[in-house]
Amino acid sequence: MEIVKRIASELELGEEEKVAELTRAAIQEGLPAREILDDGLIAGMNVVGAKFRAHEIFLPEVLLAAKAMYAGLDELKPLLLKEKVPPRGKVVIGTVQGDLHDIGKNLVGIMLRGAGFEIIDLGKDVSPERFVEAAQESGATVIGMSALLTTTMPVMKEVVAMLKREGLANRIRTVVGGAPVSAEYAREIGADAYAYDGANAVEQVQALLG
Amino acid sequence: MESLLTRLRSGEVLVADGAMGTLLFERGLERGDSPEGLNLTRPEVLEEVARLYFDAGAQIVQTNTFGGSPLKLAMYNLDGQTEEINARAAQAVRRAVGEKAYVSGSCGPTGRILKPYGDTEPEDVRAAFERQMKALLEAGVDLLCVETMTDLAEARMAVEAARSLSKEIPVVATMTFDPTPRGFFTVMGTDIPTAARELAAAGADILGSNCGNGIEQMIRIALEFKEHSTLPVIIQSNAGIPVHEDGETVYPEGPEFMAEKARELLVAGVAIIGGCCGTTPDHICALRKAVAAANGPAPG
Repeated sequence: MEIVKRIASELELGEEEKVAELTRAAIQEGLPAREILDDGLIAGMNVVGAKFRAHEIFLPEVLLAAKAMYAGLDELKPLLLKEKVPPRGKVVIGTVQGDLHDIGKNLVGIMLRGAGFEIIDLGKDVSPERFVEAAQESGATVIGMSALLTTTMPVMKEVVAMLKREGLANRIRTVVGGAPVSAEYAREIGADAYAYDGANAVEQVQALLG
Repeated sequence: MESLLTRLRSGEVLVADGAMGTLLFERGLERGDSPEGLNLTRPEVLEEVARLYFDAGAQIVQTNTFGGSPLKLAMYNLDGQTEEINARAAQAVRRAVGEKAYVSGSCGPTGRILKPYGDTEPEDVRAAFERQMKALLEAGVDLLCVETMTDLAEARMAVEAARSLSKEIPVVATMTFDPTPRGFFTVMGTDIPTAARELAAAGADILGSNCGNGIEQMIRIALEFKEHSTLPVIIQSNAGIPVHEDGETVYPEGPEFMAEKARELLVAGVAIIGGCCGTTPDHICALRKAVAAANGPAPG
């Protein structure tokens, strides 16, 4: 089997060491970094995301696949830099202030990384100010916010309002998600997109940066 | 007070309480603060909330200790006060209900993901539950409630921790399931037959589900538990899945709707019915009436 396809299939199985080893071998063979990334790591993570969405696999399998993906990315990073392969875009993500649930947000991070985006993960309990500052400092063009409690959703509204107030809303777009969040809520607070799960977050971010 | 398990074995159905968070926010809990931090600063609020549910008809009232394991409290740098936080919560509920309702020591997930999927040592999780539960038991709770679990390994360790501390204390274990095309699974991939078998093996006395679903899905979950276990089943449903209406996030299932549907839980043979996210003292009041009608004339 072609080595990049093997990277993808070992990644699907969550074989961290094998993915790292195969990535090193692919680099040795002289394959371009972009091909290893797109047809190996990203392709594998796409399958994992689709299976999770279809409830064919569960969180443990996704977390193991993500570890394998990160192992591959670590091997590939020097070559990506050397060949000047740009990330698809930079996205700041976090769970809004007051909200300590972060499995959903972590999944979004995994899926976005797996789709070739650079992620600045601010963790949980993130204030509106930190979201905006981090996006400006890193040059990120998207802020992704997650909430799992109805009581913390207004933080999302504050971030959107802050971006508008500071004239940043056309440069920094917003995506919101989480169990109590809906497309209607996203529209109402003026967010640019609503994502209903991790895989959909990738689609929404791609559409925004289209 | 007669023992909880004796009453359940006799076929009596009991009503548990409803959501806690909303009532705490209405009483001054600030966004970003630990809900359990209130146990130290404003225990009178816990007593008031417990009394609201007790007055509404709850026969089992939970302590405000869902996030009271030291692993979870550490996120707010409160882990050093684990004993006091758990004890105060149990004492507050006891003051509100006296010996007329059971005080249930709530033990929610640590929020950590266990190895090999995450970075937390399983032994650390077990130790965290032991420390929390020891404090709850010393403060005199009548039962321990391991709830909202999605990782079977974590749930099992919590139940085992409870069992290692006391052979007699009734232990409830509930997990949160998602409907999938292949049936109900937790996000970590545990189905109901597996949960029923493993949690019973770990030493749980009462099994079931809380959170994540409205009452209609919960009826299906209850039926599946009854099919796979002979232990009493507990169901604590959300008031539906939140929807967005006129700028407010609301839970769509009202007290009357839940009470009406609760009849199906009774037919399914559920032993304890209560509420989770979005439910209020009004929901519990309506549930108690529905249960009373099914139980026949109730003393008090």
